[in-house]
Amino acid sequence: MKCSPIKAALGGAAALGLSVLFSTQAWAGKTLDTIKQRDQMVCGVNTGLAGFGAADSQGKWTGLDVDVCRAVAAAVLGSGDKVRYVPLSAPQRFTALQSGEIDMLSRNTTFTLTRDASLGLHQTAVTFYDGQGFMVPVKGGIKSAKQLKNATVCVQSGTTTEKNLTDFSKANNLAIKPVVFEKLEAANAAYFAGRCKAYTTDASGLASIRSKEAKDPKEHAILPELISKEPLGPLVRRGDDEWFAIVKWVIYGLVEAEEYGITAANIEKLKAESTDPVVMRLLGKSDDTGKLLGLDREWLVRAITTSGNYGEIFERNVGEKTPLALKRGPNAQWAKGGLQYAPPIR
Amino acid sequence: MNSSFWHQKQTRRWLYQLALLLGLVLLLAWLLSNTLANMKARGIQSGFDFLWANAGFDIGESMIAFDSSEPYWRAFFVGLLNTLRVSVVGIAFCTILGTLIGVGRVSHNALARGLGYAYTELFRNVPVLLQLLIWYVLLVEFMPDSQSPLHFNDWFYLSKNGISFPVPVWDPSVHGLVWDVPIWFDGEITQGISLTPEFLAITLGLSFYTSAFVAEVVRAGIVSVPRGQLEAAKSIGLSNWQTTRQVLLPQAMRVIIPPLTNQYLNLTKNSSLAVAIGYPDLVSISNTALNQTGRAVECIALIMAVYLCLSLGTSALMNAFNQRMAIRER
Repeated sequence: MKCSPIKAALGGAAALGLSVLFSTQAWAGKTLDTIKQRDQMVCGVNTGLAGFGAADSQGKWTGLDVDVCRAVAAAVLGSGDKVRYVPLSAPQRFTALQSGEIDMLSRNTTFTLTRDASLGLHQTAVTFYDGQGFMVPVKGGIKSAKQLKNATVCVQSGTTTEKNLTDFSKANNLAIKPVVFEKLEAANAAYFAGRCKAYTTDASGLASIRSKEAKDPKEHAILPELISKEPLGPLVRRGDDEWFAIVKWVIYGLVEAEEYGITAANIEKLKAESTDPVVMRLLGKSDDTGKLLGLDREWLVRAITTSGNYGEIFERNVGEKTPLALKRGPNAQWAKGGLQYAPPIR
Repeated sequence: MNSSFWHQKQTRRWLYQLALLLGLVLLLAWLLSNTLANMKARGIQSGFDFLWANAGFDIGESMIAFDSSEPYWRAFFVGLLNTLRVSVVGIAFCTILGTLIGVGRVSHNALARGLGYAYTELFRNVPVLLQLLIWYVLLVEFMPDSQSPLHFNDWFYLSKNGISFPVPVWDPSVHGLVWDVPIWFDGEITQGISLTPEFLAITLGLSFYTSAFVAEVVRAGIVSVPRGQLEAAKSIGLSNWQTTRQVLLPQAMRVIIPPLTNQYLNLTKNSSLAVAIGYPDLVSISNTALNQTGRAVECIALIMAVYLCLSLGTSALMNAFNQRMAIRER
């Protein structure tokens, strides 16, 4: 190889260009300040999981995860519409959050020790208690997951699902063969074409896929066994504890609002008339809880007005009147035998 | 004397080279340290130590025995073998098919020419990812269920689970080859060799796609041989076969081999699209590892290094072959 001075100079220029491109990105300061400056929150969501995060034909995003984003945006920016949604595949999601591309990851993500301890992320609060299950075609006659001996099972890659499946297969000596797809859509297509005897993901995901993708949802059954615990909820970057606290407490606020009967419909009336000290505190009538979070007095009022309380969000997106038809189950309020228990807002 | 050393053209050329190299190394080192420092500042753990931790996931198809309790590096190795399997079979298949079609394109038979033309235009103008998905849908959607497979003579089975066929194996008890015939029972096939629809789709898809390019390369090689050479061969009384074998091919090969190398490299790299149709290649395994460990930079670096080695290895082999085929100038 010969190298003329001109080439060397070009090389130098390219190196300079590269160094500008990759120069150290200064730590973006407080996430809250950035969001306020931008007047928009950026939320990472699923590429399309009905009931949790999916865009309709007009590009409007709906779902439980999306409503959480809207509630946080309303608390912080005053409007639930000031959100830009970034659809992310499972392997992309953590990098998007780490690199600062999104402010908050609300994409049916399971909380685990490895994720909490090694990704530079914080898990906020659980918005949905889930567990991994199996879906099978009814005509196959399989009634229990333990009958899946030597079966091929369709899985979406980049999730906790693969490991759970392997653990279950080993514990029950089933020798299950996973067929792993990068995209949810490809995994769905392969299962419905009959490539796999069963499909596995979180039970809520199975209900969503069955309601949206199956030609006839009645032809597919979700097996009774849940083989893992999947607490799902939003994540934020480490290094900004104030933002972490805001996201966490907006979720707690939505849960506590349900506990005390505050809904999107009656919130104005309660704000004007209620004398219950807890309700008055939640709605900023007595204590100013917003000040401690770096927000204003009405932060929770706006969040509830925008998305409704936790129960309303659940029923609207995944509840029994929706195609997913999920029961509250473990997602009921603690006083009603569920696991949703918000620390007190005070 | 000293000044003449510095003023020599040769010396300066070397110095420029050295400066460029040094600059590049410094740039890379700085990029690396910057990335590591940033990751550390954000509490993201890094390093390749995870390769020795338990993988914890199963792999659908593997050429060597793999258990979920084995370490990540072995899972990566399984992925690499799966990638190599697609590449080697694909390269062999696309060379044979491409040569046939390339020869057909310059044949005297109008039908062969027309078919070759149609084939080339069809396969090289449809995006390869789309072709893979079409193959996969064909293999999965339109095949019979594994409960009621198509079978021929109880030797070949065809279903949504793929193709199964017999292989000859060495039997020490009879000191000879015997057929290892697939046995079907209640939707499960044991014995024989079974190819999954994922493997078939990626291999067929890539082979057909790349063979269209190989055909063009072969055609270009044949056309590049001057007409006079063939006429000369004919005039000294060589038969058709002798002309092809001793006049046409040696000269055409010189033109064919370098671009053919490119096509082989393309096929190997395109095998990373396997992740779209559920074949557990290197990229697919690495995706899973990435998500379980969160070591994005490490996993991507590993894939890049492996593909670089594969490409350089293929190039080296093809270059050696090229040197042997090159006409010795006298």
